Amino acid sequence: MKEKFDAIVIGAGPAGCACGYTLARAGMQVLVVERGKFAGAKNMWGGAFYGPTLGDLIPNFWEEAPFERYIACHRFSALSKDSCLSAEFTTPKFSEPPYNGVTILRSKFDRWFATKVEEMGAIVATGLEAEELIWDGNFIAGIEASGDELPASVIVSCEGVNSVIAEKAGIKNKSKARDVKQGIKEVIALPRETINQRFNLTGNEGIAWEFIGSFTRGLPGGGFIYSNKDSLSVGIVVQLNALAEKQVKANDILEDFKAHPYITRLIDGGKLLEYSAHLVPVSGINVMPKLYRDGFLVTGDAAGFVVGTGLILEGANFAVASGIAAAETVIRAKQKEDFSESSLAYYQELLEKSFILKDLKTFKEAPHFLENPRIYSLYPDLACDLAEKLLTNDGKPRKKVWKHLREATSNKVSLFQIAWELLKAVKTI
Amino acid sequence: MNFASVEDKLAVNKYDIDRDFHINTHENICQTCEGHFCVFACPADCYKLTDGHITFSFEGCLECGSCRIICDKEAIEWVLPRPGFGICYEYG
Repeated sequence: MKEKFDAIVIGAGPAGCACGYTLARAGMQVLVVERGKFAGAKNMWGGAFYGPTLGDLIPNFWEEAPFERYIACHRFSALSKDSCLSAEFTTPKFSEPPYNGVTILRSKFDRWFATKVEEMGAIVATGLEAEELIWDGNFIAGIEASGDELPASVIVSCEGVNSVIAEKAGIKNKSKARDVKQGIKEVIALPRETINQRFNLTGNEGIAWEFIGSFTRGLPGGGFIYSNKDSLSVGIVVQLNALAEKQVKANDILEDFKAHPYITRLIDGGKLLEYSAHLVPVSGINVMPKLYRDGFLVTGDAAGFVVGTGLILEGANFAVASGIAAAETVIRAKQKEDFSESSLAYYQELLEKSFILKDLKTFKEAPHFLENPRIYSLYPDLACDLAEKLLTNDGKPRKKVWKHLREATSNKVSLFQIAWELLKAVKTI
Repeated sequence: MNFASVEDKLAVNKYDIDRDFHINTHENICQTCEGHFCVFACPADCYKLTDGHITFSFEGCLECGSCRIICDKEAIEWVLPRPGFGICYEYG
């Protein structure tokens, strides 16, 4: 009889590492399996981690974790064909630890996080894939990996958006294309001083910059630029079904984004270091699977714990928090020696109490709201058009805002509709 | 060098290419498919439409899973590459 683990965690991303770390700290026998050659080898994202979750787990993590820059500045821009209208927020508070947000390159960061998990006493097995589940009646009793049977009291799926094991566990179906967005990204090297100059940053200040506009050709999605230490993360996120239905490739959208005169000069002279792609589950609680069954828990992206409102797109903090909640559930189940579905239902309780399910419920309507195509093309164009009209001096008598607004919107959309959708936005996000 | 094409971009990535495919396509189904959603959904241009036929190459695959989700004809069998193989992100 092989050694039986208290828990096997599938995937060494933020959810899996947080789960493994918490379990090992409590003295549990934990195995974290990671299919990549090292933790982070298969992982990419836009670029930022927000909130106190990680600092709660590893106090002062920023002193040792390989993060890139703290986010001192948030900028939001609407792009029309050749114009740009922006809003920016910055406060000295964002520049003080514990930082509100930090930019991170996952390949470095996940590797560090996995090392912390090992230091805590868990086994992190890289280059090992959970291929099948082992069943004992209704119970999930272990995994098969590289031909070995590995028994465990609980399996925690932290496998991310392509959650093939959670599907095999029978608690969720394959995602639908309208419930995921495709993110693609280029990491572009630029000298640190150049980044600081171009983005008005000093020292280790960073920027998180989100864009909407006609470059997505009306498809639900947007662009982003995050500043790393010596590189920029430049990418787009677009609804997957829309790409297929409109027969557009994400890379063409990315190229249009990069070719915008305002973006071109920001990345000018940069050298491409990497091109990556990933899916983001964006339908949140509307398609949330069952989160537990006998001997099984599901966390992070695999559970669809992502909140996107257009202003924010967060998932990693949900991954970490749900990984911790899963670990606490396993620790409690171990004390009772009861790993049945009813015992693991404690996980749901923890999630209901935390920001995870609260946020997902608060922004329940956001995914549907964000399907409105006017947000991605008509409104950014109108905003830029209006700004141009207001600011251009062409020697003719000036008009008031209201008159310009009437002219800019005529034949396109009624002012009543704009007001209605603005109200809906304020109420939804 | 202008890195505009997917092919150029993939060339800078680090891969450990496996000898075996990790994605199998059912050509007989692909031939009857009119949508060819996979061609537009794949960010690595693994699926190409030539003379009405879908051709597939797995080497540049970024393992995002888009094709697995977008194909509504059940023509794509998507399994993960063998552990340690496939895309190996150095930045992510």
